[in-house]
Amino acid sequence: MPEQYSLEYTAVLIITIAGIGMVLAAFFASMILAPRSKSEAKQIPYECGIPPTGQFWAQLHLRYYIFAILFLIFDIEAIFLFPWAIIFRSSGAVIFYEMVLFIAILFFGLVYSWKKGALRWR
Amino acid sequence: MTTVLVFFFILGGMALLGSVGTVASRNVVHAALSLVLALLAVAGLFILLLAEFLAIVQVLIYGGAITIILLFALMLTRTREGPVRLDNAQRRFALIGAGAAFAVLTVVIMVSDWPAPIDNPVRPGFSRISEVLFQQWAIPFEAASLVLLVALIGAIVISRPEKGERD
Repeated sequence: MPEQYSLEYTAVLIITIAGIGMVLAAFFASMILAPRSKSEAKQIPYECGIPPTGQFWAQLHLRYYIFAILFLIFDIEAIFLFPWAIIFRSSGAVIFYEMVLFIAILFFGLVYSWKKGALRWR
Repeated sequence: MTTVLVFFFILGGMALLGSVGTVASRNVVHAALSLVLALLAVAGLFILLLAEFLAIVQVLIYGGAITIILLFALMLTRTREGPVRLDNAQRRFALIGAGAAFAVLTVVIMVSDWPAPIDNPVRPGFSRISEVLFQQWAIPFEAASLVLLVALIGAIVISRPEKGERD
């Protein structure tokens, strides 16, 4: 490995391999340990024990779209926090208030959606 | 063969596998999940190029949020039961378009004068990115928050129940 690759990636690699290995081990263990029986009832989806009704593909109401958009927007906000967290101490107050303004603008969006009742779970 | 090259081929193979799965799956949910594999493999390629910030963005935004949006789009739209035909008579034109894009990209990648060689990448540095983003590009950065705000308000307006519609 060239020296530019820091040693921490070795840890990332070990954790990745360990994670994949644990999932594979769980599948393998259930393959050899779990008892199996074949019946038609086992093929239907499990819905809290009662027989499933309706079609397998349920269309969600459009109002849940707001939660996906909210997640996307605050995910992007979180991404900008990473580079900001590294330099805001060393680079003066302007950069600190830049992020305060950024978060305030997005916080207005959150307050707006709250006021409009878009966050109410119906 | 160096270690980096080994990792490049592993990650490249994963990206290829995910991409083929995305276009070849008969089930659209499987296609979306294959896309996650391809996006995560590309994040690994970014790390091989020492572009760590880009890798974080790739995992969090593309592997997380964009995939969620795609799956929501699938769940919010009405789809017919059973396997859906994902290709039609336009596939020839799609092949021509994809082939042309591939050719143009290959030529551009080969003839471009890249600032750093791939086998000896230069670490751009997290703090360097931060300085450029928050000092040189401070106004576009703040404008980005306004764009996000507009997207949020637009989503609220679209998903609000119409007048007279029952909740």
